[in-house]
Amino acid sequence: MSCIEQMKYKLLLERTSFKEAREYIEKNSDEVYYVDPGYKIFKDYYIIGVPPIAMGAKGKDLLFTYVKPCHGAFVMSVESEEEIDKLRESEKKKILSSLKKGRK
Amino acid sequence: MAGCKILFVMGCPEVPVQTSIVLYFSNKLRKHGHRVTVAGTDAALRLLSVSDPEGHYIENTMDLDQCIADLVERRIEFDYCFVFMHNDAGMTYGASISVISKAKLYAIVFGKNAESIAETIEYPAEKIVAKAVHNPTPLKNKLDRVVI
Repeated sequence: MSCIEQMKYKLLLERTSFKEAREYIEKNSDEVYYVDPGYKIFKDYYIIGVPPIAMGAKGKDLLFTYVKPCHGAFVMSVESEEEIDKLRESEKKKILSSLKKGRK
Repeated sequence: MAGCKILFVMGCPEVPVQTSIVLYFSNKLRKHGHRVTVAGTDAALRLLSVSDPEGHYIENTMDLDQCIADLVERRIEFDYCFVFMHNDAGMTYGASISVISKAKLYAIVFGKNAESIAETIEYPAEKIVAKAVHNPTPLKNKLDRVVI
């Protein structure tokens, strides 16, 4: 069992397709970031999904997809400014790296 | 070529053909000299261990979440990966494996919605598709054509 199931989380969407879960995050977040499968959040959860995987920030809440083989995709939210900051930093790095490539 | 490292990723075990096909295909690959590891949920692995208590067909198993973590962290790697799927979640796991592993990927699609699930696979994978739910033979026949 992943650490997420032991955290204080809200279920925003349940037992749906991954595509619908991604669209929910895109439509219901203040900020949206895209990560690859395997992106690690919290202590030990590696995001499963079809890239590009949307992750959202809404206030202090991180919105993300959670996929279970027998139950489909879920959209969960967990209060975590730390994880939101990690996404913002990673986005900054991506932009800087693409600007550097553009200059070459 | 013998001695390949092969990973099976099992989906939800609710479709009956999955367990028998995994046992059958693992045994076949082992007899060809390959090393097979089967990853799955607790329920999927229990079905295997009850069916094959002495490990004649399945040599190694691992928890699915641990397998994903180990692939991402590069603690394990395989030459070939067979992802068994019959629903959107299985297809989603396949998409993730296609990114986190360098193994040649096979998407084994079965169940009553096999064709529509197969159409949603847009990542690089060789698709083996059979509308098999209770009768494993159509899927077995297609897997018999896979040469490793």
